[in-house]
Amino acid sequence: MELGAAEWSAVFLSLKVATWATVLSLPLAIWVAYALARKRFWGHSFLNAVVHLPLVLPPVVTGYVLLILFGRTGAVGKALESVFGIVIAFQWTGAVLAAAIMAFPLMVRAIRLAIEAVDPKLEQAALTLGVRPSLVFATITLPLILPGILAGMVLSFAKAIGEFGATITFVSNIPGRTQTIPSAIYSALQTPGQERAAMILVLISAAIAISALLVSEGLSRRIGQRIAGQ
Amino acid sequence: MTIKVQIHHHWDGFSLNAAFESPRGITAIFGRSGSGKTSIINAISGIFTPDHAKISIDQTDLVNTQAGINIPIHNRGVGYIFQHARLFPHLSVMNNLRYSAKYGRRKSHRFDPTEIIDLLGIEHILDRRPAALSGGEQQRVAIARALLSDPKILLMDEPLSALDAQRKAEILPFLERIRDNIRIPILYVSHSMSEVARLANHIVILDAGKVVASGDARQILADPALVPYLGVRSAGSSILTTLKAHDDDGLTRLATSSGNLYLPTIRGTVGQQVRVRILAQDVTIALTRPSDISALNILPCVVGDIHMGEGPGAIVSLRSGDDVFLARITRRSVQHLGLAIGKKCHAVIKSVSVSPTEIG
Repeated sequence: MELGAAEWSAVFLSLKVATWATVLSLPLAIWVAYALARKRFWGHSFLNAVVHLPLVLPPVVTGYVLLILFGRTGAVGKALESVFGIVIAFQWTGAVLAAAIMAFPLMVRAIRLAIEAVDPKLEQAALTLGVRPSLVFATITLPLILPGILAGMVLSFAKAIGEFGATITFVSNIPGRTQTIPSAIYSALQTPGQERAAMILVLISAAIAISALLVSEGLSRRIGQRIAGQ
Repeated sequence: MTIKVQIHHHWDGFSLNAAFESPRGITAIFGRSGSGKTSIINAISGIFTPDHAKISIDQTDLVNTQAGINIPIHNRGVGYIFQHARLFPHLSVMNNLRYSAKYGRRKSHRFDPTEIIDLLGIEHILDRRPAALSGGEQQRVAIARALLSDPKILLMDEPLSALDAQRKAEILPFLERIRDNIRIPILYVSHSMSEVARLANHIVILDAGKVVASGDARQILADPALVPYLGVRSAGSSILTTLKAHDDDGLTRLATSSGNLYLPTIRGTVGQQVRVRILAQDVTIALTRPSDISALNILPCVVGDIHMGEGPGAIVSLRSGDDVFLARITRRSVQHLGLAIGKKCHAVIKSVSVSPTEIG
């Protein structure tokens, strides 16, 4: 392999960023998906629109908004720094935030579809058996939507691996610190003689995406069979 | 244990105004589809909260909109058997049955799981998944699951309507066993007169959101004035008899309060009580006891009441000892025979009319 230390660190950073972005946004995604699928409340359409915004906005815009809010002089960024001493702009943690937000709509969508496929009558039946709503969710809804959750996580992971526009706008493209696979490919393409390195990075990202898909397919099938009782 | 129900709710173009009490045993809520039956038991379970309601079990309010009381579904202690079994597809039958004991709030275990499993005949399918069960088996598991949640009362929303005739016949004996062996009040929603006549101790008739009649099942079924609500074809009374003998020619002799009934052989032991149902359309009236006639079952009786229908038909109730039969005849016959309240006559009952599935 003709990859330098910077390229390898981009691969590991991408895996790290995508994993954290997926894991951290999962509980919120389940909660939002459940609210959108099952609850009728004031601001339902507004929440739906906000969740889907990153899907329709140019990624650069999302990155810019993040920079305004979470930059060291931004409202949230300033507060985070003065209260907790945390700075996320131009850090790998910022890349996690950018990736999580960009992937969030995909994850919510997959989970919401799964929740909508669960018959609310089953949950009703569980309630009449004297089980409180939170436990009904944990013991009936959650196991039944597991394939959807898995699909959402894979989509989110793949999106996070490929996220470029918002990430480069918010945390820049600092080798070894905020340079993910797409930024590294971009840099390599800007530098004469680096075409081969770019090609290898392209192949690596394709391999990651395909194996994630295969793993999730296999897991979904097994969970699906377990649920159907075959 | 008495359940008191008062419900007022208004939808666009329909309002439900129902008040009734349900004593022990099975109370059937009977009415056409769209008469508000399911809304009533949904309100009792807490799935639906009416505009105004006061529903209580003994002295405890489940919902009292005036006092601002509305106990959540899972705290009501009300078991519910739905039209479809609603078993949890990801759990085995055993784990469906254990679900309430494992996660539920009610822990008193009034019922022994092995006894309930035995009562419903599901011991051979405990390891299976719901998807691998027949409709009848699923519904039996659902009944066992509800009983094992230790409910104070049990609601059943047309639990047999999704099943074919064979499966219905398979479940009915289990419902009778629950009625007779387990002391738990059951509210049974149905639009099938034959189920209601077979199971109910008490009947509430609902029509267009209003309670038309509520009372003891045998009285309600024997009231000619209620026939339009019960359906002319399925109207008929239900009487209690004692099994006297199995004759050699394949007939079983049942004693009523005023004479014997002969039926094609039915299962049962001599001395056992047997509830039979006699449809109004299977009873004809004769002023003198007919002798040259193939019908075996002829009982002397007295005209109790006459209800003239809007068409050419009439329903006559006939008192025979302590029992009451209904006869569906024409208005012309009423005039021709000069039938009037108190007149003596004979009820001719076609013996084929009492089918074994309606004996229990």
